[in-house]
Amino acid sequence: MSDIRLEMVKKNFGATEVIKGIDLAIDPGEFVVLVGPSGCGKSTLLNLIAGLETITEGNIYIGGKRVNDTPPRDRNIAMVFQSYALYPTKTVRNNITFGMVSRGIPKADQDAAVAEISTLLQIERLLSRKPGQLSGGQRQRVAMGRALVRKPDVFLFDEPLSNLDAKLRIEMRTEIKKLHQRLGKTIVYVTHDQIEAMTLASRIAVMDNGHIRQFADPKTIYEDPVDLFVAGFMGSPPMNMMPGKIRTLGGQCVVSTGGPEDEPLDFLLPPALSERACGQEGRDVILGLRPEAIFAAGTELPGANRFIFERPISVVEPTGPDTMILFHHAGLDVVARVRPEDARPEGTLFMFEADMEKAKLFDAKTTLRI
Amino acid sequence: MSRNNLGGIVQQKGTRHLMMRTLLFLTLGVFCLYYLIPLIVMIATSLKSLEEIRAGSLLSLPQDVTFDAWAKAWSSACVGVRCDGLKPFFWNSVAMVVPAVTISTILGALNGYALTKWRFPGADIIFALILFGAFIPFQVILLPMARTLGVLGLAGTIPGLVLVHVIYGLAFTTLFFRNFFIGVSSGIIQAAQIDGAGFFGIFFRIVLPMSLPAVVVTVIWQYTQICNDFLFGIAFTVGDSNPVTVALNNVVNTSTGVKEYNVDMAAAIIAALPTLAVYVIAGAYFVRGLSAGAVKG
Ligand SMILES: Nc1ncnc2c1ncn2[C@@H]1O[C@H](COP(=O)(O)OP(=O)(O)OP(=O)(O)O)[C@@H](O)[C@H]1O
Ligand SMILES: [Mg+2]
Repeated sequence: MSDIRLEMVKKNFGATEVIKGIDLAIDPGEFVVLVGPSGCGKSTLLNLIAGLETITEGNIYIGGKRVNDTPPRDRNIAMVFQSYALYPTKTVRNNITFGMVSRGIPKADQDAAVAEISTLLQIERLLSRKPGQLSGGQRQRVAMGRALVRKPDVFLFDEPLSNLDAKLRIEMRTEIKKLHQRLGKTIVYVTHDQIEAMTLASRIAVMDNGHIRQFADPKTIYEDPVDLFVAGFMGSPPMNMMPGKIRTLGGQCVVSTGGPEDEPLDFLLPPALSERACGQEGRDVILGLRPEAIFAAGTELPGANRFIFERPISVVEPTGPDTMILFHHAGLDVVARVRPEDARPEGTLFMFEADMEKAKLFDAKTTLRI
Repeated sequence: MSRNNLGGIVQQKGTRHLMMRTLLFLTLGVFCLYYLIPLIVMIATSLKSLEEIRAGSLLSLPQDVTFDAWAKAWSSACVGVRCDGLKPFFWNSVAMVVPAVTISTILGALNGYALTKWRFPGADIIFALILFGAFIPFQVILLPMARTLGVLGLAGTIPGLVLVHVIYGLAFTTLFFRNFFIGVSSGIIQAAQIDGAGFFGIFFRIVLPMSLPAVVVTVIWQYTQICNDFLFGIAFTVGDSNPVTVALNNVVNTSTGVKEYNVDMAAAIIAALPTLAVYVIAGAYFVRGLSAGAVKG
């Protein structure tokens, strides 16, 4: 097991800065997931850790050793590529053993390792086939086998499940999680899929445009996002973000959203939030409420700091376990998550209840959390 | 492939359509014949005796087939002053073609691999310069090349000719392989790097086996070019080291009284056989490889 440490790592391709100064400390045995929009530099960062790209500035340490100038083969890492990158002319067995052959490991040890890995991944029957004769899920397993067989200190995964269909993806997700629990190796894992990120990660690094916005455990990322970007990135459907202004109404601190076209709503802030946010009358803020924090009035156990309001339903979207109800407000479609039996047809005037304990406030200018 | 499904396409029916079809096949037939007649005449003539040639017409088929002309062309026709037939020169050609094709193909593959998968500053400029070689008219380089061969002590020898063909083949072989490798995923190379293989390890164990279609196209291309070459052969070899193309010219030009058309024809076919054979054996693969660019292995 090894830790990975990045110090002010930068990477330029010609004149374009792709990685703009990243500090990251990954503990031994951790499962770190990198998420972020397309083109933000996730693959590049992974390639820098693997040594497939040379870093422009900064330092990378693996297992306490500075590896800036160490070629990939000597970093004791294994990588699973998004495209799998299996060797097309080699059989599955030879794909798996190629790394050991390159390193001159005795034949007997190779056979033992192949036997162990193929049992673990259930690919014994595929060993003499070529990659072209495998299904997507089988290829994915072989790619995984090729990485696992060398027992490296660090695993790097670049969107390994993105080519699979939804069902297989969920199965493989669980497999990867089990594998990590069993082997306890350090893993850096890139994905677009936030559910994958939430379920697998011990910590998530949210990247944007060559920077890391937040690096924390999944619960913190979800409940305590540092800014609008992180808040908007995690969660599906995404958080409702209603622009509004801080007001004082009858001695109480509210965020007024909407208007002038639609009737404004004055969301009453709970004490903790009002302490931080109030005092600046008229300050522009963004009120963030996740869909699950808005539900049908009276359907949840009563709690403190609930805000009840009425709006006509514009769209109803059943998803099975829950139904999403949309209403127009502040120029957007606000999503509320209700139980299917509480849903009403479109056009009906509906009583919503918002759990203001879960509300987040962001500064409209800096986009930072208040 | 869609080509396999064409038979199932619904066809138009009716007399007008039938007439068009007949016309089409008639035209095709005429063109076919037009292209084949020289070959037919050559084969027919080579199988006749001299008397029959003199008596009959050019287009008539041989009355009594004899292989004497072939035997003579192969082993006893006079090439200049030497009367051993084309045989020694045929082996000269083989001794030139095999190393020239092998070396230029391997170098082209290495070039293409380095230019696409181990990018270095200036790679594009180097490729452009190599490619430029494909557009140089060969007459231009005859004199400087002769001088170079002289300095190297290879003038008038088969190894010298091999060197010339390797150098001037590189432009095309590099182009073929570069275009093939550019379609090969870089992920495979990266995976092999992480697996601990180096430049040559990846080349020989991963990349070269993948590039079989490109190898076939390149080998056929180089083989036909070099087999059929006359200019370099006549410019850079002398007498005994001539390739068969040059020897053929000398057979035809060596006049010892009567003109032996049957021997000339047989000699011409012998000189053309190696390329014909390759076309028959691997022609389909060649066309497929060229048009697909990167046929899946
Ligand atoms: N070799 C290169 N030369 C120039 N620019 C590059 C190169 N590789 C990547 N980039 C640029 O760097 C940026 C980050 O690329 P990267 O592949 O890391 O994105 P990513 O976050 O992995 O995206 P995705 O989620 O789509 O895979 C992109 O804007 C890309 O265009
Ligand atoms: Mg990527």
